[in-house]
Amino acid sequence: MADLKSFVKNWTLSELLKGMSITGRHFFAPKITVQYPEEKTPMSPRFRGLHALRRYPNGEERCIACKLCEAVCPAMAITIESEQREDGSRRTTRYDIDLTKCIFCGFCEESCPVDSIVETRIFEYHGEQRGDLLMTKEKLLAVGDRYEAQIAADRAEDAPYR
Amino acid sequence: MMDTLQAFFGPLWPLVWTLIKILAIVVPMMGAVAYLTLAERKVIGFMQIRIGPNRVGPFGLLQPIADGIKLLMKEIIIPSGSNKFLFVLAPVLAIMPALAAWAVVPFTPDLVLANVDAGLLYILAITSMGVYGVVLAGWASNSKYAFLGALRSAAQIVSYEIAMGFALVTVLMMSHSLNLVDIVKAQQGSLGLLQWNWIPLFPMFVIYVIAGTAETNRAPFDVAEGESEIVAGFHVEYSGMAFAIFFLAEYANMILIAALASLMFMGGWLSPVSFLPDGILWLFAKMSFILFLFLWFRATFPRYRYDQIMRLGWKVFIPVTLIWLVIVGLLLQEPLRGLPVLNLWFH
Repeated sequence: MADLKSFVKNWTLSELLKGMSITGRHFFAPKITVQYPEEKTPMSPRFRGLHALRRYPNGEERCIACKLCEAVCPAMAITIESEQREDGSRRTTRYDIDLTKCIFCGFCEESCPVDSIVETRIFEYHGEQRGDLLMTKEKLLAVGDRYEAQIAADRAEDAPYR
Repeated sequence: MMDTLQAFFGPLWPLVWTLIKILAIVVPMMGAVAYLTLAERKVIGFMQIRIGPNRVGPFGLLQPIADGIKLLMKEIIIPSGSNKFLFVLAPVLAIMPALAAWAVVPFTPDLVLANVDAGLLYILAITSMGVYGVVLAGWASNSKYAFLGALRSAAQIVSYEIAMGFALVTVLMMSHSLNLVDIVKAQQGSLGLLQWNWIPLFPMFVIYVIAGTAETNRAPFDVAEGESEIVAGFHVEYSGMAFAIFFLAEYANMILIAALASLMFMGGWLSPVSFLPDGILWLFAKMSFILFLFLWFRATFPRYRYDQIMRLGWKVFIPVTLIWLVIVGLLLQEPLRGLPVLNLWFH
């Protein structure tokens, strides 16, 4: 009986037809393609893209050169040098992130006690020559200044879940 | 117009006229091939819930032209270890049969380049030469993957040729003729599509389409190319236009198989219902249906394992076609062919 069943199954090509009916139905299904530059998928406030260094509203930079991010960075992409400023506070003189090393794990942001180093939603950037992807302190602060509104909104949105 | 041209060319006129007719077949054919590649990408895309190419021109309609220009501009690399003469000859050998076979394909009873009496035989002879292009390409490349592809392709095409040949033999038994026009005319009848060969020869029709997929090295029988196992098989070493010629040959062969399947089993230019007129559009509609099936197969089935391809060809298709050959032979004999339903097809 089982033989007969498999005989009928084989010779009517039923399994092949079943497969074709699935692809045939998909042919008419609504398409899920996102046409990227025009359409974009929704993005989480936790998105980990390009880094930025933030400032306090009074314009003072947040970073206190505690070097926790440098220590936690698994790719060793962060290099920090610091010294004492005239007012006695400790500040960075150098804060480099090598984006070619960075794995965008977000540990630097997690480790930061003053919410200074953050990862933004920006992911559409490129470098045209060597060194373009080495983010210096000036570049990071510039990114932070430019996108502060978005960065602050994202932190606020995520705050209840932390 | 015709008279002045005829007077101008004088004794050369028959040659010129034939060349014009050849161009009238080959040029639209090349256009069809180009847009079949687009149709393939669109159909497979749709079946994978994607939208396929849509960037070049409206709905991606200029994509084949962009592809063609790209391939024309690319360098043709001839490997230093290859047999250069055969390496260049192989693509020519691949496309030649794909185009030459169209000489005897009738589009309507009158629209045929050469109405040869042994048309079917000519087709079988010409299309079986297609494998030499693949075999030579694989051998002349002097590359392991290409050689493996050529070996696979040679064995596969030889095996499926037999089943395909037998399937066509049943058709010519039905129509008592090797002439393709007569084969279609034998399917004519007041019942329209019910009198076409696909009903009495249904298993042969299925086998012909499957063997046709195998003959053209299409998925799921694309082991000669097998991009996931042997890179690109027989044409790994080809680039630019030489590669494009293989591509053209594969798609021209697909269209040819579709045309033959429509002529042999689906009544060619005949209308499926008696109240509509016959015409070339019916042939194109039937060819499109078969071509869509080929694309559908490719979107659905994973590649056959090589030994299973051989098993299917030798241990399933050849016995089945032989048995059906005997059945058709019996049904064509005197007591049976006059029976009420059978006399629709067997005369």
